[in-house]
Amino acid sequence: MRLTNRSTEVDRSPMTFLESIYLWNILKGMGITISHLFKKKATIQYPEQKRTFAKVFRGLHVLNRDEEGRENCTACGLCAVACPAEAITMEAAERLPGEENLYREEKYAAKYEINMLRCIFCGLCEEACPKDAIYLSETFAPANYSRKGFIYKKEDLVIPHPIHEKEAYEKAKGGRVEINKKD
Amino acid sequence: MAEEVKKEAPANFKVTIDNITVEVAPGTTILNAARQIGGDVTPPAMCYYSKLEGSGGKCRTCLVEVAQGSEKDPRPMPKLMASCRTTVMDGMVVKNITSERVQDARAGVVEFLLLNHPLDCPICDQAGECHLQDLGYDHGKEGTRYEFKRRTFEKEDIGPYIQLHMTRCILCYRCTYVADQLTDKRVHGILDRGDHAEISTYISKAIDNDFSGNMIDVCPVGALTDKTFRFKNRVWFTKPVDAHRDCPTCCGKVTLWNRGDEVLRVTARKDEWGEVQSYDDKARLDLQYLSF
Repeated sequence: MRLTNRSTEVDRSPMTFLESIYLWNILKGMGITISHLFKKKATIQYPEQKRTFAKVFRGLHVLNRDEEGRENCTACGLCAVACPAEAITMEAAERLPGEENLYREEKYAAKYEINMLRCIFCGLCEEACPKDAIYLSETFAPANYSRKGFIYKKEDLVIPHPIHEKEAYEKAKGGRVEINKKD
Repeated sequence: MAEEVKKEAPANFKVTIDNITVEVAPGTTILNAARQIGGDVTPPAMCYYSKLEGSGGKCRTCLVEVAQGSEKDPRPMPKLMASCRTTVMDGMVVKNITSERVQDARAGVVEFLLLNHPLDCPICDQAGECHLQDLGYDHGKEGTRYEFKRRTFEKEDIGPYIQLHMTRCILCYRCTYVADQLTDKRVHGILDRGDHAEISTYISKAIDNDFSGNMIDVCPVGALTDKTFRFKNRVWFTKPVDAHRDCPTCCGKVTLWNRGDEVLRVTARKDEWGEVQSYDDKARLDLQYLSF
């Protein structure tokens, strides 16, 4: 009894001599193999060649600065509470007089760590941030020798200074991070 | 028998709030009657504080519509009433969440309260347990129509434990009532009036009293914050644990806010309306010394 129309019955009759030497089947298989030599390659030579990312690609995080080079992050903790993987930890500190050119608000993140092994690059931190401080960039986490190396600290995350290190800043920005206007 | 019923009849007033009828003692305010019902029916209150005499009537967030004044005089009250200051009458019909007018007025009140508020929640230590935040979330509109410069004040250290951010203040007067009614000497109050009104001490005089820390708990916004907890952590990362300390002058019931094994903050225990259950500053300070 056939349950569906898609099923075909297996032909179990004994093979003829021509079939049993597999000549035709071998040729058919080789034909497929050889035809692939002339097709477009699916792979690229990675370190030299790189694919362009999709517009929505989410890579390593950067902590943004404003146009004067002050850090945007105020350690409000919304990224940490939004993070489904609990990859973000931070410690806040109060801005001292004279540090106004370093931090935008009176509170700043003294310690800010993202565990890239835990991170699932969902981008919820970016969405939660009320200060435009965290963005997901177009680079991904490079290999490392130890697990410790994947815990990214503030010095790994904060974007280069837009005035003092203009080139590095533009590179890190990568056309993705928007510079936000002063308040 | 009939006389007995008559005697008991004036003892309780029947009041209907959002189609829920409840019997309350005469002299109860609409707000407290609604709190007896609980849930969504209860109007929010920013300035009213059940444990502080004379509080209420300032913030106007608890406005309700009185659709029927009483059994004997069923005319509706023409204007929205502040439920924290209006006492119930027998047979009163009150509309809170069922009234379009109330919802609209409340959105307006929130806009007014937020006119000069800096909205610096990412920095503010009160964020997460701030009544103004809750109020704005529940009743506020998304944007503001205010185009002028917001009034600003310098932050002020009043005493070793309290920091005053006057910019965040909504002038609910709760902290002054606490100082008046709980401590023997009040050294802070409201200076100036109208838009210029501000809470301050006599030329930054320190507030140094065993019970003055309750001002922090009483403040519905982040105007008075705990200096020992300043920027230590966010409220939602800490876990509350009830604790007790043998204290000769206060009840000693406090809540410890932990992160891991570390005690980050000590506050009074609060009830479901965000009011402290008991005043307990001595214990708070003692425990704070213990934990740091």
